[in-house]
Amino acid sequence: MPAITHHIPEPMMAAYAAGTLPHAFSLVVATQVSMSAEARATLQAHEAVGGIVLEDTSSVAVSDNMKSNLLSMLDDPMPEEPVYTRNGVYPAPVMEALKGREPRWKTLGMGVKQDILAEDEFGSVRLLYIPPEQAVPDHGHNGLEMTLVLQGSFSDETGHFGVGDVEVADETLEHTPIAGAGEACICLAATDARLKFNAFVPRLLQPLFRI
Amino acid sequence: MVSATLDIPRASAAKPKVRRNERQRVSQAKAAPSQETLWMIAVRDHRDKAAFASLFAHFAPRLKGFVMRNGTSAAQAEEIVQDVMLTLWRKAHMFDPHRAQVSAWVYQIVRNRQIDVARKENRPMPEALKEEPEAEPDATQIVAIEQETGQLRAALAKLRPEQREVIEKAYLGELTHQEISNQTGLPLGTIKSRIRLGLQRLRHELKDLSE
Repeated sequence: MPAITHHIPEPMMAAYAAGTLPHAFSLVVATQVSMSAEARATLQAHEAVGGIVLEDTSSVAVSDNMKSNLLSMLDDPMPEEPVYTRNGVYPAPVMEALKGREPRWKTLGMGVKQDILAEDEFGSVRLLYIPPEQAVPDHGHNGLEMTLVLQGSFSDETGHFGVGDVEVADETLEHTPIAGAGEACICLAATDARLKFNAFVPRLLQPLFRI
Repeated sequence: MVSATLDIPRASAAKPKVRRNERQRVSQAKAAPSQETLWMIAVRDHRDKAAFASLFAHFAPRLKGFVMRNGTSAAQAEEIVQDVMLTLWRKAHMFDPHRAQVSAWVYQIVRNRQIDVARKENRPMPEALKEEPEAEPDATQIVAIEQETGQLRAALAKLRPEQREVIEKAYLGELTHQEISNQTGLPLGTIKSRIRLGLQRLRHELKDLSE
């Protein structure tokens, strides 16, 4: 397990534990927790706080009816639920988002590919494939961008990111990530706004590529 | 008494897996896991319905109070409580007392259910850690986690009322990620002390798995 040098910020972990983080970012958090013991311990600590709040909540009496209903259901057969497991570099939460299939890469140009996993009014989350030593064009952000490395590595103005590292960037960061040598870099990237590319894909084409 | 049927050794008889100073600190206070933990283990390992009824008596009224705090009706709250308690029964095999107190685990289940009801979406969840086959319950570790949580609870109880209110709002899911980020009063120091112990245990388990 590699050392995680770039962590998920504490408020983001608290929001994930409380269930208020938008879906796109929640997928990145769940995936990083799957890859890092430290992130898992952090999440468990936040869940412990949630448990304390629950324990200290004033009780409201429940009906006997509900209790007897519940007890009568204990021997019912359990509903079948799909169980997703890690496949190669993709931890279980990513496999769940992929519904168990392989990524369906769509080319963005210069060998860069993406597969959009989910999109709603609060943001989007995608897999990105960047060939070794390829630069992703200089871009800024309207909102928050969260990038987790699943394979290979990338570097930008703020540092080097290897497998399990997560970069959280806001609108103040203009950066040019470059994939490391050797393996292609595969990332899970979530944003709550469209990226602002300065070159590479003309602004007018962004709606077409949904980036 | 449920605990009579359990395989859990008393803390004094447990094979210590943690360092000496940790063991001493643990043995000074209560030496056995909490009643809720023992009930939960009885449900997990023996499908013990009497233990489940005890867990219901403890958690169901608190869960109903917790769910109703955001304005959910009593009737809908009862439905959610029933679902949560049924999940606790059905997913008991996922409960690991070495990592979490029952309250933290129940907290995670109720937030998932509330998100599912409110937003019709599943929160992405981290990969489940594989249990070591035939792993002996380590009462020392279980008690240590409970004591750390007790210290966290004591620290939260000492907060100023307005800080305490922020914590409750955050973990009840009433604050957005941005609102949590803007709060400066979150007692992250006390949460971090809880993280250290969890991390120690996780590293130990992951090391065992990779050997």
